[in-house]
Amino acid sequence: MEHPETRHGLRSYLIGFVLAVILSAVPFWLVYTHALPPQRTLLVIGIAAVLQVLVHLRFFLHINFTTTPRENILALVFTALLLFIMVGGSFWIMFDLHSRMML
Amino acid sequence: MSVAHMSEHEREEAETHEQRALGFWLYLMGDAVIFALLFATYAIMIPGTAGGPTGKQLFELDNAAIETVLLLVSSMTFGFASLQVKAGNRGAVLAWLAITFLLGTAFVFLEVREFSGMIAQGAGPDRSGFLSAFFTLVGTHGVHVTMGLIWIVILGAQVALKGLTMPVASRLHRLGLFWHFLDIAWVGIFSIVYLPGLL
Repeated sequence: MEHPETRHGLRSYLIGFVLAVILSAVPFWLVYTHALPPQRTLLVIGIAAVLQVLVHLRFFLHINFTTTPRENILALVFTALLLFIMVGGSFWIMFDLHSRMML
Repeated sequence: MSVAHMSEHEREEAETHEQRALGFWLYLMGDAVIFALLFATYAIMIPGTAGGPTGKQLFELDNAAIETVLLLVSSMTFGFASLQVKAGNRGAVLAWLAITFLLGTAFVFLEVREFSGMIAQGAGPDRSGFLSAFFTLVGTHGVHVTMGLIWIVILGAQVALKGLTMPVASRLHRLGLFWHFLDIAWVGIFSIVYLPGLL
């Protein structure tokens, strides 16, 4: 591991690993101990999950705005948009249907 | 190696590698759409237990925590294998791939044990809409990990037989994208299925 590029890469994986461990340990610990009320715990789980996905993209998949090819970033952003429309739309329709059926 | 020192042939190979990495990235984005819709289906089906067991009665937090650790460590060990590919260290690549394989196998073992335990107590995918969605989502991820394990064995054999040639290194790069992607999908699974289910 003497090669400078390798040392830099090693640091990237280790930073990513430590951050991912923290971002997993906090929500698991909250569910184990019930330290916060359920609504707050759900919020922390959600925030930790989003942060951890970003950590994985940055430190494990090495996505960044300088060396990653533009097409890959575009595909990623387009996928995020698709997910927002498809998942958000599904929830919208199903919850709307749910509340109307209850009436 | 700088571009100026590359022969015509090597430059062509590097270009092919870039194109294939993009193609594989597009496949992964499609896979992300599949997972996202399975997540949405699952979230909508959570109340649909049809009088059967709920997640709180079925899920085990310890099991999910161990699976999380196994997959996260395996993601890092695959990263170490990728670094050794760059360093041209064939033996170390094989060692890290073997460790990654063992961690992934332990993950699949825990998941299969969880599934068979649930089916044995009558909480299989046919019990309720909730359980159908659960088995589809988590099972799809498990099948992906199993495919990744087969892929590790195949590429491990190629590293052993052919060495770290440019095509083999290029394939290892794509397997790495796949393996790290599966860990991201797992973050979604424990954050949407297990933790809220046991809250």
